[in-house]
Amino acid sequence: MPVQVKLPTILRKHAGGEPRVSAEGGTLREVLQDLEARYPGVTKNVFSEDGGLHRFINVYVNDEDVRYLGALETEVREGDTVSILPAVAGGERSTASPRMRKDEAPLG
Amino acid sequence: MTVERFTVDQVQRYARHIILPGIGGPGQRKLLDASVLVIGAGGLGSPTALYLAAAGVGRLGIVDFDAVDLSNLQRQILHTNSDVGRSKVASAVEHLRAINPSIEVVGHEELLFSTNVFETFEPYDVIVDGTDNFPVRYLVNDATQFMGKPLVYGSIYQFEGQATVFQPGQETPCYRCLFPTPPPPGTVPSCAEGGVFGVLPGVIGSIQATEAIKLITGEGDTLEGRLLLYDALDMSFQEVKIRWDADCPVCGKEPTITELIDYEAFCGVPARPE
Repeated sequence: MPVQVKLPTILRKHAGGEPRVSAEGGTLREVLQDLEARYPGVTKNVFSEDGGLHRFINVYVNDEDVRYLGALETEVREGDTVSILPAVAGGERSTASPRMRKDEAPLG
Repeated sequence: MTVERFTVDQVQRYARHIILPGIGGPGQRKLLDASVLVIGAGGLGSPTALYLAAAGVGRLGIVDFDAVDLSNLQRQILHTNSDVGRSKVASAVEHLRAINPSIEVVGHEELLFSTNVFETFEPYDVIVDGTDNFPVRYLVNDATQFMGKPLVYGSIYQFEGQATVFQPGQETPCYRCLFPTPPPPGTVPSCAEGGVFGVLPGVIGSIQATEAIKLITGEGDTLEGRLLLYDALDMSFQEVKIRWDADCPVCGKEPTITELIDYEAFCGVPARPE
């Protein structure tokens, strides 16, 4: 069943710059696997080494965090929207920042 | 109940608030009696602080440590071309006082550390976070949780922004409930590397100012429990739920972090010189 996947800016480069793409599957795991097959590299930072979801990237089915649903086994239905949301730190770079010193490399 | 009268200047200055149902005289009085600390005189902090000053927040603090750079002016609307090279706090304080000389504007020219965060936050009712880095973000979260102060959160990257409100209390979420761990260093580029759309912090910072004012006046529903996502390219807003995490190390049922920690170590970045 096709679902819509909303990609954050940081992952769009893997999908030709598209903010929204389609993927198929009955569970979140299947959707993410299908997404990876269509756009290699797009889920590289979504999965942790143990095959679960990283805790600094949230995945939502519609408006609910899948950590409070069935994680990767969360069922998805046609018409659902899967959103991938990494923690972002943008804001004021110089603000009381541990990395503000000019002699240090920027974060990342 | 005795209510302090408005001065003639205040009646004129805040006339559009005073006649506005939902703020009115009592709401404006709350703003005049309130204190807000804006962390960062940058992209997010600029519109937030400008609107809070204009709205008559009685004591407005602003924290920063950097100097104004020409590359800031594309989005940091608190500063002008003639401020390049000046202290951001000095520039911010001057411009905020110029907008509203009748409020108290306090500049905090400092870096935030575990050692000074409580002292810096203590005199303020509401904390607004416009920082760009994870150690300070977790530091600000934990400090506001421990102090029971509401935190207005905002974050931006390229064309996308996020905002919410964390209100410490019974079974209410904090930033750690949203993102329990920071990303490993190197996986998330900064705005300095990835670029940022100049208007974006204007939108998110204005939302932060809106939420700070609502926290003070008590009117309306804040973003507490909801993460607002904004995409400037799509021109779309989306909301997702933020659940309280019973296992949260700071605000969960059995907290394991009960005092400030070493946030650089937690985030895997080098320590800052104090």
